[in-house]
Amino acid sequence: MTAPHGPDARITSAIPPRTVFPAAEDFRSTHGDEAPCITVRNFSFWYGTHQVLHDLTFSVPQRAVTAVIGPSGCGKSTFLRSINRMNDLIPETRATGELIVEGRNVYERGLDLVAHRQRVGMVFQRPNVFPKSIYQNVAYGPTLNALIPKADVPDLVEDCLRRAALWDEVKDRLHSPATGLSGGQQQRLCIARALGNQPSTLLMDEPCSALDPGATAKVEELILELKRDYTIVIVTHNMQQAARVSSLTGFFESGVLVEMGPTRQIFTAPTHERTEAYITGRFG
Amino acid sequence: MTAPTKSSAVHQAPDPTSGLLGTSRADQFFKGLLTLAALLIPLLLLALFYELAHGSAPAIAEFGLKFLTDDVWDPVAEIYGAWPLLFGTLLTSFIALVLAVPLSLGVAIYLTEFAPEFIRKPVAMLIELLAAIPSVVYGLWGIFVLIPILRSTVFPFFRDTLGFLPFFDGPIYGPSVLSASLILTIMIMPFIMSVSRSVLLAVPNSQREASLALGATRWEAVRTVIVPYARSGIIGAIILGLGRALGETMAVTMLIGNRHEISASLFAPGYTMAAVIANEFSEAGTTLHIASLTYVALLLFVVTVIVNAGARLLIWRVGRKSGG
Repeated sequence: MTAPHGPDARITSAIPPRTVFPAAEDFRSTHGDEAPCITVRNFSFWYGTHQVLHDLTFSVPQRAVTAVIGPSGCGKSTFLRSINRMNDLIPETRATGELIVEGRNVYERGLDLVAHRQRVGMVFQRPNVFPKSIYQNVAYGPTLNALIPKADVPDLVEDCLRRAALWDEVKDRLHSPATGLSGGQQQRLCIARALGNQPSTLLMDEPCSALDPGATAKVEELILELKRDYTIVIVTHNMQQAARVSSLTGFFESGVLVEMGPTRQIFTAPTHERTEAYITGRFG
Repeated sequence: MTAPTKSSAVHQAPDPTSGLLGTSRADQFFKGLLTLAALLIPLLLLALFYELAHGSAPAIAEFGLKFLTDDVWDPVAEIYGAWPLLFGTLLTSFIALVLAVPLSLGVAIYLTEFAPEFIRKPVAMLIELLAAIPSVVYGLWGIFVLIPILRSTVFPFFRDTLGFLPFFDGPIYGPSVLSASLILTIMIMPFIMSVSRSVLLAVPNSQREASLALGATRWEAVRTVIVPYARSGIIGAIILGLGRALGETMAVTMLIGNRHEISASLFAPGYTMAAVIANEFSEAGTTLHIASLTYVALLLFVVTVIVNAGARLLIWRVGRKSGG
């Protein structure tokens, strides 16, 4: 979709690696010997009889940003939505294999879906704030699930808005409608809202695709900030974005994981020919 | 500018004053026609109001506003008071609304959020079919099916269990305020259900997902996000049902018992504005009787307008508060 067109070497040589891959520098330190947050083993997924994910096996490290890239329809969004089981909304879906988050198979019988979705927050493609006040949006999760005492909610809301780098912009109008915010602010509010549940993991489904470049830059900055405390999996069409924010990148094609590795390696020296073709804009 | 004109139009100098409309004769004609049609409706409404006011002038001169509070309706003595009619109309509509709203909303929520895919459309279609049944059929069904059941089973049960309340006390006739209210409930349910259902269907999926992804159960998502999002549309659906209940004539006339009095018991017969007009207009002989019936019609007209205006105000305020 948004793959850059032009000479093959454009991405890899035009921008100095140090600025392109700020997140890659600390990859080793975060990826070290900590247990992976998400482990995928022989995971396959079907819509009815149509298989969209084929036998995926890989793992996602804790407190790092893992980007999933690939052409439209490659199954990257389906994979992301399997992690918090949002695909359950679609009738007649089926999953096999294991998708383990924090030691529990997401698709096992008797999983407490409500508790699971609190641990794994999600940010969607378009900002989907509730038509309620800014405060109510952030307080939604913790109040609904009674995660903390009522008296602590205001502090939590402030904390989440600060983490989402939104506090200074909205602190004087916490009780005005969230729909009055700009698109970029709304998306950061959605991030703050997800943080309200105090999750361990954040799933981001093309979080900047509806935003202008300025708002995109702010959200990316925020992602780099958040990865210190959260495990982040981001699906993106924008390869520069994957390069800028992630330490690990996986390339999906037709429901198959073609290649996964440190972001810098994927973008400078991909081992697979299809990966190279995609990141250099030959298709997609 | 792509007005559907012949190619010769290309050579004509464009009129600098014309916008998109009015570039061709056909457009101008069509615009005029639509303007006329749009103006005709408010004009008709004004004409109706004028006719009613004009026709009821003798009764207004005779009784004034006391017409609204007097409860005697005696064509022989030429004394007319509409309070029991006004009360009957408002009461039957109110009871119908109280019963129909939770039921229809429940069905609408079930059909949009919980029901298995294969029963959603068929059930919705069946319920919408109910709206197409002529009200006289409802009336007949009410007389021959509903009232016997109510009289033999339901009303005695209410009297035995809730008889300490004045509403469920007193003799059971069959035709009554409660019977009429129940038939109204059945008649307005399809409207409220069907409109609420389309309003709920129009709630963006992203709102559902946002709520579920934050750890809400299906029911919590309905309660905290989906219904609030659809709130103003649901109020609109309720207004539609209320409007229909206020004006419903045939079925109510057949079931309410047509007695010009107010009783605390819902088992007692009553009367409504629409019913009295339907019953007496063809037999009204004197000028004052006709004028009084027209006065009732004017009253019904005004009540309907007030209820609708009030409802619109409510929707507007709800819409402004939620900021969506």
